[in-house]
Amino acid sequence: MEKQKTIRVTNLSARYDEEVILEDISLDVYKGEILVILGGSGCGKSTLLKHMVGLSEPFAGQVYIDDVDITSCNDQDFRSTLRKIGVLFQGSALFGSMTISENVALPITEYSTLSKDSINNLVRMKLCMVDLAGYEHYLPSELSGGMKKRAGLARALALNPKILFLDEPTAGLDPVMSAEIDELIVKLNKSIGTTIVIVTHELDSIFSVAQRVIMLDKQTKGIIAQGDPKYLKEHSQNRVVRQFFNRSAKSE
Amino acid sequence: MSGFYEISEKDKGELVVHFNGRMDIESSTSILDELHSMIAQKSPALLAVNLENVTYFDDFGALVLIELKNAMTTRDSGFKIIGTQGRTKDLLSLVDFDAFEKCLLAERKRSENIIVSLGAETLTQVSNLRFLVSFVGSVFLSFLHVFRHPKSLRVNDTIACMEKTGVNALPIVGMTSFLLGLVIAFMSSLQLQQFGANIYVASLVAVAMVSELGPIMTAIVVAGRSGSAFAAEIGTMKISEEIDALVAMGFNPTLFIVVPKIIASVIVVPMLTLFADLFAVAGGLVVGVFLLDLTANAYISQTLKALTLFEVCWGMLKSVVFALLIVWIGCLRGFQTRGGADAVGNSATSAVVSSIFLIILFDSIFAVVRSFW
Ligand SMILES: Nc1ncnc2c1ncn2[C@@H]1O[C@H](COP(=O)(O)OP(=O)(O)O)[C@@H](O)[C@H]1O
Ligand SMILES: [Mg+2]
Repeated sequence: MEKQKTIRVTNLSARYDEEVILEDISLDVYKGEILVILGGSGCGKSTLLKHMVGLSEPFAGQVYIDDVDITSCNDQDFRSTLRKIGVLFQGSALFGSMTISENVALPITEYSTLSKDSINNLVRMKLCMVDLAGYEHYLPSELSGGMKKRAGLARALALNPKILFLDEPTAGLDPVMSAEIDELIVKLNKSIGTTIVIVTHELDSIFSVAQRVIMLDKQTKGIIAQGDPKYLKEHSQNRVVRQFFNRSAKSE
Repeated sequence: MSGFYEISEKDKGELVVHFNGRMDIESSTSILDELHSMIAQKSPALLAVNLENVTYFDDFGALVLIELKNAMTTRDSGFKIIGTQGRTKDLLSLVDFDAFEKCLLAERKRSENIIVSLGAETLTQVSNLRFLVSFVGSVFLSFLHVFRHPKSLRVNDTIACMEKTGVNALPIVGMTSFLLGLVIAFMSSLQLQQFGANIYVASLVAVAMVSELGPIMTAIVVAGRSGSAFAAEIGTMKISEEIDALVAMGFNPTLFIVVPKIIASVIVVPMLTLFADLFAVAGGLVVGVFLLDLTANAYISQTLKALTLFEVCWGMLKSVVFALLIVWIGCLRGFQTRGGADAVGNSATSAVVSSIFLIILFDSIFAVVRSFW
């Protein structure tokens, strides 16, 4: 049986004004997998993620989520697609005027009719998952960077979306906390079958969560490798790929 | 009853709820609503939930179970979960009930005691006051520094600020003053015409604008345009830690940000005021020539006769003070910003409101000083 494709990106080109960031990229994300997008800093990982979520309009190419082309579909389809996805932004993007619990509660109040007490309980469960219990009444500006990341993750998880996009979920976290977040990601994937697309550089995270990786490169503005990270580390023909996985400097 | 579960009654007082299908965001609301009222109605001694036929279960489902359990325990009744073998076990693995329950218990409320919040409010006010004073001090020190080391002044910033605060404000200041001159001339002519004293319309417009309305109108426009911009700009820098970055690099934020704005405004606002006066006189002239049959020459010479050098300098002095007030409040509110995006908005609003109030307050003080001169 062929694996079901949840996201299909076909011949995508991304530009900011004149500057070409990505050129003619195609990739698939299969249902229920954890895909890691990696690559050096500034190679366009966040840009690719924004295009996959439909936040930026591509210069050329299409992005299909569950066979809906989000680059050209109508407003209603786009919204029902958005309902399926949760996004953790690189800068957390928490609303500064709301407390952490209000931030997490926002999508839940919008999309469900649970009573206020139930929502409160649910929010606390979500915060508990990311180890932020007790910080309900804090404002984002009162938290550390790593804590904001986790609060953003809790908000992205709020509705248990089918597809989760995480932009550097473990950046700025200590190793223990990173490992816990990785564990949470794997658990979500196993138990409720969430399809997860992660952008990260952390090698430990990559090896512990990724079922498949896609590596972008700044020079070629495209995908230079994809597959199993453990295999790529040992057997990739591309020097850049091996350097990345073996953490060695450029001048080798 | 929704199709998410079936209820069977076993022995006396024991109810079994058989859930089937998905326990997720869609179903949890109706399940909770219905089961809560069912429990209230039948008050069973034991509630068992059977999860055997559940196909999907996430923390919305966990919420249902936890709330049901709480409802039963507060009634001193029993609760148990059955049918958690096989596939359901995997589904339940995500949900760590013990940890969740601990979290729910461990809610830490911030105290909302009246006395505590009164004290906290007082402390904030006191620290605001202290900051206000120390801010004035730091501005003075920065100016001293600039006098001793003129090179430390950020000239480019100062010039850019002069353009933004002054040149770009000229059209709106000119327009409002012109119309104001027009209106004053027209309204006063209605009265003065009765005495055949048309020519004094010129004096009235000149004196009113140069000593009072010119400085005030200009200051209010600048407060609305630039005071709010100063507060928003500095507020944004504050909340995104840019100010901290400046300090860490060894810059003095007052010297870096505030001094250029003060110098620019103190130069530019009096000039704007001068333009405002001119435009107002032009407005009065239009009314005088076209409605009151005065010649342009007569109007202008009456205007010059009515004005003294002292009057003009007095107006300029006022607008220098107003400029200082606007920059001071704008920057102060910016530096006081704490929190998120809405805090920046509040700072901008507060900067405009406070500076307009202070402008009018100081104008009254000027009037009192002058009458006791
Ligand atoms: N809003 C923007 N406008 C212009 N260029 C941008 C913008 N955002 C990112 N870029 C450029 O796009 C490239 C890729 O950025 P990004 O996708 O954020 O990289 P990363 O892989 O580190 O997440 C960078 O060279 C950056 O300069
Ligand atoms: Mg990025």
